[in-house]
Order: sequence, then C-alpha cells, then structure tokens
Amino acid sequence: MPGLLQYEFMRNALIAGLLASVSCGIIGAFVVVKKMVSISGAISHASFGGIGLGYFLRVSPILGGLFFSTLSALGMGLVSRRTRLSEDTAIGIMWAVGMAAGIIFIGLTPGYAPDLFSYLFGSILTVPLLDIIMMLVLDIFIIIVISLLYKEFFAISFDEEFATVMGVPTEALYLTLLCLVALTIVILIRIVGVILVIALLTIPAAAVRQFTYNLKLMMVLSIVFGALFTFAGLLLSYYLDLASGATIIMVSAVSFFIIYGASRLRKGRHREIDAPLPV
Amino acid sequence: MENSDVVKLEDVSVHYGGIPALEGVNLTVKQDDFIGIIGPNGGGKTTLLRVILGLVKPAAGKVTVIGEPPEKGRRHIGYVAQYNLFDRSFPASVFEVALMGRLRQSGLFHPYRQVDKEAVIQALETVEMLGMKDRRIGELSSGQQQRVFVARALVTEPRVLLLDEPMASVDPTMQTTFYELLEKLKKKMAVIMVSHDIGAVSIYVDKIACLNRHLFYHDSKEITTEELESVYQCPVEMIAHGVPHRVLKEHK
Repeated sequence: MPGLLQYEFMRNALIAGLLASVSCGIIGAFVVVKKMVSISGAISHASFGGIGLGYFLRVSPILGGLFFSTLSALGMGLVSRRTRLSEDTAIGIMWAVGMAAGIIFIGLTPGYAPDLFSYLFGSILTVPLLDIIMMLVLDIFIIIVISLLYKEFFAISFDEEFATVMGVPTEALYLTLLCLVALTIVILIRIVGVILVIALLTIPAAAVRQFTYNLKLMMVLSIVFGALFTFAGLLLSYYLDLASGATIIMVSAVSFFIIYGASRLRKGRHREIDAPLPV
Repeated sequence: MENSDVVKLEDVSVHYGGIPALEGVNLTVKQDDFIGIIGPNGGGKTTLLRVILGLVKPAAGKVTVIGEPPEKGRRHIGYVAQYNLFDRSFPASVFEVALMGRLRQSGLFHPYRQVDKEAVIQALETVEMLGMKDRRIGELSSGQQQRVFVARALVTEPRVLLLDEPMASVDPTMQTTFYELLEKLKKKMAVIMVSHDIGAVSIYVDKIACLNRHLFYHDSKEITTEELESVYQCPVEMIAHGVPHRVLKEHK
C-alpha cells in the first residue's frame, strides 16, 4: 500500500475518492431519507446528454454534464410541482432523453470520442488535477449551503406540508436540494461514471442508517463509509486488474448487505426500520 | 384578551376538478372559541382546515386569519394534521420534530436559538412527552406521536389551534387525557377541532358546526335534527345514538 502512494495517479485517485465521499455522504443522506433515489438516478443519466454536448462543442464534457444535470434537476422538480405530470413520469422521461441526447451528440461529433467509457463507468485512476480542484470547490459549496439551510432541508424532508405552513419556501428549497444532488452527481461521475453513480450516492447512507437515527451523524458516517468503500474498491481493482468504478460499487453493495444482515440479526425480529434497497 | 374574530370565512367555495368540496361556507371563530366540526367522511372537513391554512385556494369567497389573508395570517395558526404520513424510519428525535414548530421564529439561514429549544422543552412538558425527547419519533405509539405533533403546533405560539381528527389515532384511555390537555389549551387560544366522532366532540367542545359541503353553525352547541339529517343524509336516530341529548334540539 505505501508503495502505491508513490504513484501520482494513485495519490490523485485517493484524494478524489475522499473528496467525492464528502459530498456523497452529505447529499446521499438526504437522498435516502427524502426518498429521492429515483430522481437522482434520472439526474445522473440526464447529465450524459451534457457530456455528449461537451464533446460536440469541444468544451469540457464534465462542464456539459454539470449544465445538463442541473437543468434536468430543475426541470423535473418544476414539472412535478407545477404540472399534473407525476414526478415518477418526469423521471422516466428525463432518464432516457438525457442518454439519447448524449448518444446523438456524440454521434454528431466527428472522429472518436476519447474517454467516453470513463464518463459512463468512471475512471478514478485518471482524474486530472483540474477535476480534483473542481471537486474541492463543489464540496465546499455544498457544505456551506447545507450548513446554512440544514434545518429547512431537514424539515422539508420530514414533513413538507408543515414546513409550508411554517413559512418555509418549500419549492425553492426542494429545487435547491435537487441542484445540490446534481452537483454531487457531477463530482461522482469521475469516480464511478454516469451509470453507477446512483449506487454510490445511496449505499453509504443506507448502510449507516442501520446504526443511527441522527441525520447529522448519518452524514458523517456516510462520508467515512463512502471513503472506505471507495478505497477498498480502488485497491481491489488495482490488484485484480478490474474496472475501478464497477469494483467500488460491488465492494459497496457487498458491504451493505453484510451490514444490513448483521443489523437485522442484532435487532432480532424488529422489522420497523426498513432501509431502501440500493438501485 | 379581547374577543375578536380570529378566523373568518365568507361565502367560501372550493372545487376539486369541478366537484364541489365546500359550498358557500360562512364561519366566524372568536378568540376564546372551542369549536368542534363534525361531518361525514368526504364532507370537506380537512379541506376547510386547509382553506384556513391557505394550502387550498377557494374558488370563491374570502378567508381571513387574524384580519390577514391566510398565507400571512397562518403564522398565528398551530396545525396538527390528520395523518402524519411521515416515514416511520425517518432519523428524527421527538425533540427535533417539535423544534420544527420554531422554523418561522428562528428564520431562514439561522440555526435554532436557545429560546426555541426552551420553548420546545416547555411544550413537551405540557403534552407530557419531555421524558421521551430523545426517542426516535417513529418508535412511539401513534397517540404519543400525536402529542408530539401537538407540542410542535404549540411552540409556534399560535392564537388558533387546528386539529384534524386528533382522536383518530389515540387509544380510548388516552383520549380523556388528551381532552384534558385541550381544556388547558383552550384558555390560551381558539381551538378548531375536526372529527367524525360526534359523541366525543359534543362533551368537550363549546360549539359545534356540522359540515357536509355546506356548513351549519349557529355559534352554539345546538344543531337541529333537520340539519344533522341533511348533513349525514340519513335518519338522525342512526347517528345520534349515544350522543348526549343536549347536543340535539328537543324533539317536538
């Protein structure tokens, strides 16, 4: 292990994994308790449209992804609030449309699209320094917004109607939270890719939910678990020569089931705390 | 405190996709009122409360809460909803849930203050739930949860308390305690309680209104047989069974 750290790509990978775990843990906790897993899945797939657009316009694909993920988050949020279309339906449409747009843009781009696979399935070993800086900035931004609006996000997650009666601007806050999910997804795309993002966002929070009923503690533990899963997956993929993103997800999922099973056994026949299964 | 109008509905009508839920409802609630609103399921009871809260916009008519439109006036309302359909596994303690009643006072972008926490402790004491303040809300019985939601409504320091079927999830032995709590509270605020349980309501409230799209209310505990019949659309003997006689007008 110490030997591995002499490689710059490995050091970068570990830093990227850690930075990704921070936003992933904080936002993932909200995604799990507010049951936003599906909409988060749609946001991540929709961001692929932006990645395609980035290739097409010859700007950074990740910037395109940021643009599309935020736009789709706002779009789905507004459609489900303001129209008679259900959020579920909006999710189904946006999920596929984003992917379709990405494929068309890439098809229109002359020549070969480099790193296309890394955007789809992640490539933590090739994260450039610029992206690490971007992750750091996004992390700080997410921490600031969450700490300023924590009690409101907590309230709308628990009981939106009551929050409305209390004068909390629930729609604006929900859209803000969706935008934070979109930012987190962009951070995570580098690690596990568009398709696998949703698992990394969900699993650490779902796993720590077995230990604690305190949302703040859930966030902290999710960060720790996310980092552990990422590092373990990274090492395993290195030694076994497997795809890093997929290995990280498999390590997370296996750990989740062990944790879930163990806590079930410990709690005996209590069936009241049902964590959602990872998608 | 002067006995002013705290809630006033004038000719309020509400439609859901063309189907009328409330028609021409007039209601004036005064500061020291304790009103029970009874009526069959689907009679518009919850809708009426949601209109007062500004969560449902009436198609016609005017609503004022402490002389203001409901979106503004609702800062004076404490609300306990009928079903608390929150996720039972949600990571929130009793204390954290009750604190949400202080969202308005503490303000956006600010954490809860010490005064907010003190208000919550006091309210939890009032509903006798302080001993459970660190328990996860989902672990409590529905009756206990109901008390926590009352505490959450109380910390808003309301002038009007709206209770939607508060007894629905409270077991019979706890109901008496709950009504005793309401007896205490009604001295400090107007209370509007919605229920389909005529028997229970009639014993404790001071005034009764009957709602089935139309509201029958005479600023008293008196409801005529004809009104009850038209509200429930069945012979009154069937529903009046077990109702203390003073609720109903004497038969001729």
